[in-house]
Amino acid sequence: MKAVGYALALPVILLTTWWVASAESTNVFAPPLRTIAEAFGDVWFSGRFTRDVLPSLGRLAAGFAIALAAGMGVGFVVGRWKLARDLTAPILAFFRVLPAPVLIPVLLVAVGIGDTTKIVVIAAGAVWPILLSTADGVSAVDEVAQETAAAYRLPTRTRYALLLRAATPQISAGARQALGLSIILMVVSEMLMSTDGLGFTVVQFQRSFAIPQMWSGVLLIGIVGFILAKLFELVERRVLRWHRGHTGQGEQSW
Amino acid sequence: MTVPDAPAAPAIRPARGGRRPALGLVGLLIAALGYEVGARLLFTPEQVPPLSAIIPEAGRLSVGAKFWTATGQTLTAVAVGLAIALAAGITAGFALGSVSWVRRATSSTLDFLRPVPSIVLIPVLVLVLDVREITVLLVAVSCFWIVVFQVLYGLRDVDQVAVDTARTFRLGRLARIAHVTWPTVLPYLGTALRLNVSIALALALTGGLVTGSAGLGELIWSSQAGGEFADMYALVLLTGGIGILLDRLARLIERRLLYWHVATRREAAA
Repeated sequence: MKAVGYALALPVILLTTWWVASAESTNVFAPPLRTIAEAFGDVWFSGRFTRDVLPSLGRLAAGFAIALAAGMGVGFVVGRWKLARDLTAPILAFFRVLPAPVLIPVLLVAVGIGDTTKIVVIAAGAVWPILLSTADGVSAVDEVAQETAAAYRLPTRTRYALLLRAATPQISAGARQALGLSIILMVVSEMLMSTDGLGFTVVQFQRSFAIPQMWSGVLLIGIVGFILAKLFELVERRVLRWHRGHTGQGEQSW
Repeated sequence: MTVPDAPAAPAIRPARGGRRPALGLVGLLIAALGYEVGARLLFTPEQVPPLSAIIPEAGRLSVGAKFWTATGQTLTAVAVGLAIALAAGITAGFALGSVSWVRRATSSTLDFLRPVPSIVLIPVLVLVLDVREITVLLVAVSCFWIVVFQVLYGLRDVDQVAVDTARTFRLGRLARIAHVTWPTVLPYLGTALRLNVSIALALALTGGLVTGSAGLGELIWSSQAGGEFADMYALVLLTGGIGILLDRLARLIERRLLYWHVATRREAAA
């Protein structure tokens, strides 16, 4: 009960303050929260949801899924074999620091405007944290565990599956980072080259000075980011249930 | 909230038994060859120019003033944004993390605000600020969260026995912060710095791409819009180089800052 109070008090206070402080606002750029809330209902609970929100989320899901599969696959190879690690070290060092948004103009030229480009942008940006953390995790798996598996003559496939399983804490840390990056890339790529989607719609509202609508879009992107992070946490908690370091502190809240 | 036990970003640790840099060179050559073949077979030179066109272009750019002016502008945005984020983040982190009821009351709000991507601010800010300020602010906001959370992780890590010992020696509140809390938080800030330089660079570039504020991002976007594709590819290549240098610099600062820390000393001894 007390915990719920602590969790809710500040958000309620902040929202109330915003509501009251902006109620009489005549500033065009900061409309009353009431107006924004009304605009939110009008704008997003209509055809826009299927026309703009769903395509955005679809591209995000596709890009992230590709990044996850490719990152884990290549990361496994890089982490497992020293030869692969040595061969790829400089290339990975380059892509680790290359800011993902610069891929947008490159892919725009190489692939053209379209859904594919946006999916490729998301995948190409999000793959690096997953790849690097998978490689890191796989190469750090306890050698005793590996040798035990070998001594029991477990089939190679099972042993590889064990390696990947043992690396899940690192993989999930990389995937969490990649998820945040994917959302950013989704919005930016839509701002720069799109005819639909969340980022496009918000910029469109801003250009046509539909300020309350624009604010509602900004709020929606924020909410989407928050919900996806929460969903990720749920999945992560399930996947890492076995992991001691994780379960040990699972319910600790501060 | 669930707290990841390693809030730091993973970096490939040096392989056991030492690296073989010659192999890395071979890898680069293979990749370059693969790129060259792929570019020539699958794409037109306008879409994906071959390396033989990109590399001379990169050489030409790297001796010209245009590239360095843009780099200077981008790095200024990175530096100013980072400085703001560090100052604000350390202050906020200590303010929120030192008092237990404040920490509990704010954790849900922080938890909500953190995953909100800072670029949602662009449309709002465009209406009230000029593009240079927006870029700096984007950098500052994104980096701020990492600093705040690293400070909070660090404060949670403070050894209670050390605090009690300091109390026994009648160290005042300020002296306790200087001698016990700060040294515990500092390694977390080192991590924050290392994570933040690449994020800061990415956001400074995004600001340039989206709002057209002067710098590398804007230069890349305008060479794309102007159809100078070899230029654009060369700029991306050079941007990666800048990224590597920044990363090196951050690691160097981190090591200097933490020269006394066990992990650094062990690294030096190895």
